[in-house]
Amino acid sequence: MIRARCEVLSNRRSGAYVSLTLVAPEIAEQAKPGQFIEIGVPEDRTFMLRRPFSIHQASRRGGWAGTLEIVFDVVGRGTAWLAEAKPHDTLDVIGPLGRSFTYPRELRTCLLVGGGYGAAPLYFLAEELRARNKLVHMVIGARDHGRVFKPIEAKRLAATVVVTTEDGTMGERGRVTDVLDALLERTGAQVVYACGPNPMLRAVAERCRDLQIPCQVAVEEMMACGLGVCWTCVVPVIGMDSRGWWNVRSCVEGPVFNGARVWWDRWLGEAPPPPAEEPAPEREAERVQASP
Amino acid sequence: MTTSNGDSGTSLAVDLNGVAFPTPVLAASGCFGSGREMAAALDVRRIGGIVTKSVTLGPTKGLPTPRMVEVDAGMLNAIGLQNPGVEEFLAKDGPFIASLGVPVILSIAGKSVQEFAQVAIQTRDMPGVVAIEANISCPNVERRNQVFACHPEQAIEVIATMTRLTTLPVFAKLTADVTNIVEIADACVHAGAHGVTLINTLLGMAIDVESFRPRLAAVTGGLSGLAIRPVAIRCVYQVAQALPGVPIIGVGGISTARDAIEFLLAGAWAVQVGTANFANPDATIQIADGIGQFLAARGLSSPADLTGKVERSERVAEPAYRSG
Repeated sequence: MIRARCEVLSNRRSGAYVSLTLVAPEIAEQAKPGQFIEIGVPEDRTFMLRRPFSIHQASRRGGWAGTLEIVFDVVGRGTAWLAEAKPHDTLDVIGPLGRSFTYPRELRTCLLVGGGYGAAPLYFLAEELRARNKLVHMVIGARDHGRVFKPIEAKRLAATVVVTTEDGTMGERGRVTDVLDALLERTGAQVVYACGPNPMLRAVAERCRDLQIPCQVAVEEMMACGLGVCWTCVVPVIGMDSRGWWNVRSCVEGPVFNGARVWWDRWLGEAPPPPAEEPAPEREAERVQASP
Repeated sequence: MTTSNGDSGTSLAVDLNGVAFPTPVLAASGCFGSGREMAAALDVRRIGGIVTKSVTLGPTKGLPTPRMVEVDAGMLNAIGLQNPGVEEFLAKDGPFIASLGVPVILSIAGKSVQEFAQVAIQTRDMPGVVAIEANISCPNVERRNQVFACHPEQAIEVIATMTRLTTLPVFAKLTADVTNIVEIADACVHAGAHGVTLINTLLGMAIDVESFRPRLAAVTGGLSGLAIRPVAIRCVYQVAQALPGVPIIGVGGISTARDAIEFLLAGAWAVQVGTANFANPDATIQIADGIGQFLAARGLSSPADLTGKVERSERVAEPAYRSG
């Protein structure tokens, strides 16, 4: 864990989101996919808690060496302030924090499932998986085409990419969970990684649990410190013996959890009834098999 | 800057009637763990002291999420005293506390007098622990009648039992959510409390106007942060006026040295920093340094020189609590 004053290199729009690149060589050197950073807010004494952001990219080589990129949506005071950051501003950053995704040793075919800007860490993960000779497929969903997170980048990284939008303005109409079964079958995915809204994580994790496919999820929960001392960001996790459970901190024991061990019913409440779905379109099969 | 300044003769050390700290700035309970996690973020050996997260007899799972919501100039939390219980605490944090070299105050919580007593017994010989803080004021308990610090006779029972069972000095951590905090503080001191810690979070609530739902799963939670400082200052002042000579540790909304000095002037002998640690892990160290500079600039030799030095105009009317 490093605390540093980091210079803002760039602040760009990325579709509907804000993409911020920071000069943070020490943090970038250590960062792994799934980990996050905490950014301190200004000392104006009206709000004070650090804001957590998952790491979208940590560049160690090339022209962007020593930089970190985060992507976020403006949802409150902290993100509204951060969206106004200018190049050469400096930010108070702590990171990298939390446990990262882990890579399979033997299994090869991976399906990465992302929703909204929550998909951000999956691109970093895809690069690391590819560097380990894994076959990466991706499915990214969003409300509308402007919120589909970096589809071109996804195509560069993954063998196949499927996009879903709830309004049908890009890719398949519907949610990632609507195409999940078809994708698992077509890709023969042996490992699933998911990152996005918690209800999406739940749907993916529960399906993978039923199909006995290992699934890692990166969760989001309200967090005050990010350092393991405030105990606000907990997630109920079932013990290894499948009996007991404990509220586990997503900042230090997470944010990446084994999806089969999260006690979703307790965390997010009783499962909602399945949404009325349109039948999966026929052309889904072609798209999944098409290579970039 | 270190904890003392040889040139000017300023020392930050404080002595709370026999309980000594190298600086008057401690980390508050529930905001610093036992220091183990924070050791990755700062040099914990430089802080004045640590009050542990409250320990209960058995493992406590705590409340569902959302457990936290940020509000204007503060935050609400409803953790529900999650902790692994005294046995695992002793096994996991005991060795760390023993080797830390920083004075540690052990915070104990419980649902019953017996639970407080049992934890006090089991933690009797913990190396590194210089005092106990009886958390009889946590607002996030199942029933309001478990907030022992809301009722003088219940507060007396807990404090009297604990002081009988431990040789360590006991500080009673009190809540401002009472009609007359002086009455409660006085009861605790008569029951054997060495001093008082003022104040715990204030019971608060926030509602999401879009969904019409409370923003905390537990509906209500404890308000901390800058917003509560004037209430905490008032409590410290009232108790210091009424109970001179009783060590008071002030806590509530401190994030700068000036905030801490305000507490000292009101009558605190030392202070605790809570929520500010989340934003700035170095807060306790920086606040202590700032107090040192404040003292040196005024030619004062010790934080004790500021304790209770608030000056009152003679024309100010007697506060109502005196006649109550």
